[in-house]
Amino acid sequence: MSAEDYLKDITEIKDMMNKSSRFFLLSGLSGILSGIYALIGAAIAYYLVSNSGRDYLILDGEIFNYILIDLSIVALLSVITAAILSNRKAKKNNEYLWNSTTKRLLTAFLIPLITGGIYILIKIYSNHYGLTGSLMLIFYGLALVNASKYTIGNVKYLGYTEIILGLICAVYPGYGFWFWVVGFGIMHIIYGSMIYLKHDR
Amino acid sequence: MKNIIGNINKAFDHRIRLGIMSILVVNEYADFKTLKELLGATDGNLASHTRALEKEEYIVVEKLFIGRKPNTRYSASKKGREAFKKHVEAIEKLLKK
Repeated sequence: MSAEDYLKDITEIKDMMNKSSRFFLLSGLSGILSGIYALIGAAIAYYLVSNSGRDYLILDGEIFNYILIDLSIVALLSVITAAILSNRKAKKNNEYLWNSTTKRLLTAFLIPLITGGIYILIKIYSNHYGLTGSLMLIFYGLALVNASKYTIGNVKYLGYTEIILGLICAVYPGYGFWFWVVGFGIMHIIYGSMIYLKHDR
Repeated sequence: MKNIIGNINKAFDHRIRLGIMSILVVNEYADFKTLKELLGATDGNLASHTRALEKEEYIVVEKLFIGRKPNTRYSASKKGREAFKKHVEAIEKLLKK
């Protein structure tokens, strides 16, 4: 074989390694914990709204700002928990957390998610916030399905579940809060436990 | 030079076999269908190459059932990982010359 053939071999090896490797550092525990954060966040939101003197949420009130802060804290805590637990798993396996698979996973995940996030913000600031719960579920589900080809199989089914919940929620927008609780709280706990039992022990 | 050539492994001297090993050293395991999709090989072609690697004891074959569907799962053996590592190192050395 010539040097060129060997060079081709090396390229082929690298290509196959990259294409086939999946992100296995996802921790089931971080799924469970973000589900719990979502439930606590939802309980706080519920308390805030029901003590506001109205049964529903209006956009220009102080309460609305509190709820935005509440949601941001839930999201931030979930991201930090996932990063810490994945990093711990990487160290245990003697791997690097930040590799090409992680980058591809994050790109695939963030494109639908950020698109959805901006879309939801635009709708909120033009006073169309009735479908916020539904849109959050749908875009989050799409982000999961899109990212699932680079990670554990269960993530795909969590994505499908979120999309279906989001679509049903669009039919019953008045129950948006409860769909959100099921999608972001309960489903995370269920799928997180499944990943934990299957991959983490 | 002679030593380097000695480390070039004939068992990996084929695109499909090289591909199978590349996939298996970075994954816990891969099933037949996954390998087929990644490598773009036919059933018969892939089967003969996996058999060759199995004969060298470079890969471990596990036949199991998912529900009622048979599923063949491949993983790299310790011997296979070491042989593959040596092979890649030999190629790298050759290319540096």
